[in-house]
Amino acid sequence: MKKLISILARNRPGVLSHVAGLITRRGYNVESIAAGPTEHPDITRITLVVAGDEHILEQVVRQFRKLIDVISVEVPSYGHALTGELALISISADSVIREEILNLATLLGLKVMDIQEDSLTLMAVGTAHTVDTAVVRFSAYSIKALARTGVVALPKPIPESG
Amino acid sequence: MKDKNPKPATKSTGARNGAGVIIDFLKKSGVELVFGYPGGAVIPLYDALYDSGIRHILTRHEQAAIHAADGYARSTGRIGVVFATSGPGATNLVTGLANAHMDSVPLVAITGQVATTSLGSDSFQEADIYGISIPVTKYNYLVKDPRMLPKVLAEAFYLAGSGRPGPILVDVPKDIQTTVIDTPFPTKPVSIPGYIPRPPVDQKQVEAMVAALTMSRRPIVYLGGGATITGVAPEIIKIAESLDTAVATTLPAKGVFPDDHPLSLGLPGMHGTKYANLAINESDLILALGVRFDDRVVGDVRRFAPRAMVVHVDIDPAEIGKRLAPDIAVVGDLKTVLGLALKIVKPTEKSAWRKRIAQLKAEFPLFVPRSELEIKPQAVIKTLSDLTAGESIIVTDVGQHQMWAAQHYVSKKPRRFLSSGGLGTMGFGLPAAMGAQLALPGEKTVLITGDGSFQMNIQELATIREHNLPVKILILNNGCLGMVRQWQQFFFDHRHSESIFGFNPDFAKLAQVYGLSACRVKKPEEMDGAVRNLLAGDGPALLDVMVAREENVLPMIPPGMGQTDFYEEKG
Repeated sequence: MKKLISILARNRPGVLSHVAGLITRRGYNVESIAAGPTEHPDITRITLVVAGDEHILEQVVRQFRKLIDVISVEVPSYGHALTGELALISISADSVIREEILNLATLLGLKVMDIQEDSLTLMAVGTAHTVDTAVVRFSAYSIKALARTGVVALPKPIPESG
Repeated sequence: MKDKNPKPATKSTGARNGAGVIIDFLKKSGVELVFGYPGGAVIPLYDALYDSGIRHILTRHEQAAIHAADGYARSTGRIGVVFATSGPGATNLVTGLANAHMDSVPLVAITGQVATTSLGSDSFQEADIYGISIPVTKYNYLVKDPRMLPKVLAEAFYLAGSGRPGPILVDVPKDIQTTVIDTPFPTKPVSIPGYIPRPPVDQKQVEAMVAALTMSRRPIVYLGGGATITGVAPEIIKIAESLDTAVATTLPAKGVFPDDHPLSLGLPGMHGTKYANLAINESDLILALGVRFDDRVVGDVRRFAPRAMVVHVDIDPAEIGKRLAPDIAVVGDLKTVLGLALKIVKPTEKSAWRKRIAQLKAEFPLFVPRSELEIKPQAVIKTLSDLTAGESIIVTDVGQHQMWAAQHYVSKKPRRFLSSGGLGTMGFGLPAAMGAQLALPGEKTVLITGDGSFQMNIQELATIREHNLPVKILILNNGCLGMVRQWQQFFFDHRHSESIFGFNPDFAKLAQVYGLSACRVKKPEEMDGAVRNLLAGDGPALLDVMVAREENVLPMIPPGMGQTDFYEEKG
């Protein structure tokens, strides 16, 4: 089981170390972590995708809440959060299959970021599902490099700024 | 070094350098005693300390300084303070931080650091103590802006002592210590968003807890360190006596409920009394107060108290369900929760259970072996317990002697049995005894140690002598790392790999060189008198008791086993 965990934390120099350290120390299985500023300069939002059974996930949430820098922890279901992710996908593409790839990219709503003689780099932006789909579709070709930002999420309704 | 003032120092009377800010803050907070060890990166701090009036105890190792602060904190409930320099000074604190973290002891460690201009350049005596200490502190700080220092210090002390207490580290670069600032101390009480030191207690949960307790026919209170921290001894006695509830006290709770009370089960768990473990096995309700269901207490968590409903009360929500999912959970400060509970509790007699407890205690008593050929360590503890009438501050190290002390010393008061529980830190004892003795000069402090643990901070004999601290040191000397030796005997077919010392010094002679009065005893018939002599003098003293080498701590439940899987010693 995978869960989204949305953390609001005090924007202090060590906050990511504290969060990352907790994950390692307690042996949690984190699929992605994305951190960035919020509408409030003193507050950082950290979005994690954590795998584990119900019991482990409950523990993860409790341990995160215990961190001094953490202000709040929410566990929105995917249906109750706006999610977004970005991926850069670099694909081997000679002139023979370039068009096929470009067609597929258009179909999936991907943006072309770079074209080289033997490769294409596409950008996928959307929900985690959109990005997953793009990655799966293009894995039929030869993916040379892949970078994903990890999911960011805003639980609904959008919380009042603190 | 030229100071880079963020603001030029004004003529405001509040202007002082960062080191002065720290010392002013300590004075303002009523800190009278600090433990520490100077070095290059804290010379400005020590300069500010010089004529401050704050007493500083110079230990002979930073690890000892933090354990001493820990002993001070455990014996009083106040926040222990320790100073150390950067690099090795700071890393030498790590064991002490972890030790305090595991047992929820309030400490503030202030470390020097290389100047902010040198940070991250691998300069002399630089260590990333901020990064290193993250997993072993409740929270930590690296102060990079001198103007933040007053706020950081206020937060550090607030965090150390509030909620579930713990150690806080504040790393202060040298240039921050020398920069003059006039930032005042915050006047408003500290508030940290999302940090709730006193979670509101859910009255309904308390009612559910009281109902379960009242209906229960075989209730047991399982008492943890939280009971010591919150000072709930009177409440526990009321609950036990009005509801005929037996009480099992874990190591950090020892003394909260008098060991000689008819309803006391003593220590539960791996080396607990047989009757405690059997009673837990029979119990239909475990009221777990300020505990974390540690593996040394619970063993196989699936086989813990199989017939019982479990009620877990703790201030830390992260402890609820961490190892065992309780049937009823109450999050809150124990003092508050028990206060609310006592308002609605109706005394209920459970005479059959009371009888059963008495029967179990009579049938499976703790055994004190005696011999005419060699001194039995359990007998030494029994003698000490009788001679001090359970009134002394007992400090232990870690190993067999610790378990024998826990089993056989009859404690009657909270905060009078100090032991490294969670981390099991050998070398904790001697410095912790110093800290406790300094905190409570009027009380007799006895260190029970082993020849292994004692040598891990033996250098502190100098500190003890320097301050003439009347600590009484009792070594149960079996010439080996007894607990390791025991496990090797039981579980590794007597293969005593590296657990037997090929050489030990004569500890009595050694202590004499340090200026302590000291002697060694070997004969069983001289033991009683020797312990009397140890306790009689005014100054620091040491008694090296040569005890039976192959003695084992029993009863024992092997690790990971069920509550009643007692180890049977092979003949």
